[in-house]
Amino acid sequence: MAKVLLFGPLRDLAGWRERDFDGVADLASLMAQLDPELALAVNGPGVQVAVDKAIVRGHALLGPRSEVAFLPPMSGG
Amino acid sequence: MIRLQTEDLDIGALLNQFCLGRTDIGGVVSFTGLARHEDGQVTGLELEAYPGFTEIWIEELVLTAGQRFSLLDALIVHRTGLIAPSQAIVFVACAARHRRQAFEGADFLMDHLKSQAPFWKKQHGPGGTHWIEPRSIDYQDLDRWKVSPGGANK
Repeated sequence: MAKVLLFGPLRDLAGWRERDFDGVADLASLMAQLDPELALAVNGPGVQVAVDKAIVRGHALLGPRSEVAFLPPMSGG
Repeated sequence: MIRLQTEDLDIGALLNQFCLGRTDIGGVVSFTGLARHEDGQVTGLELEAYPGFTEIWIEELVLTAGQRFSLLDALIVHRTGLIAPSQAIVFVACAARHRRQAFEGADFLMDHLKSQAPFWKKQHGPGGTHWIEPRSIDYQDLDRWKVSPGGANK
């Protein structure tokens, strides 16, 4: 099971902030379980992915308690 | 040191505390970012962070700035949650032996906070809400700090 976190506009698009997904061994299998509109958005320009609070690019294995965060373009200050 | 907080910032107290008792520093530069009213078009800002990730990201940024500009100390306090117009969004202070390093350190930190730091900013107004993304000028500002390949740019 992996915990998925959404931030910023992705959260508004999906209508949820945090959700558990079962049977996801890697990032690709998680993506396949996402709602198609959300899957498209998380693959959009400028969206970064963090697994267990570390940015990953491309393939990433997920453990039973992995936390996956989708991070759209950021703006602080 | 970095801190995220939902409470309003007391800029004077933060700056005083930062400078208090320091005999090693020759200059402190601080920056305060405020929420604008935009002629009534903005009723507030909503800042979201990724707790446990945002702090570590900023700590690494501060370390980079500290090494690059020989800073003796740095402080970043960033608001999260709902922020009313005129309230501070962020306070940055940099201390160095000489002023140039402190000016550049604060400038560097702010340029990276604006378009790179893990925050998401939603603007509230009479017409509803919308998410704010960095402007092209924010990315141009960031480019000023790029160093040659193999360098230490963050």
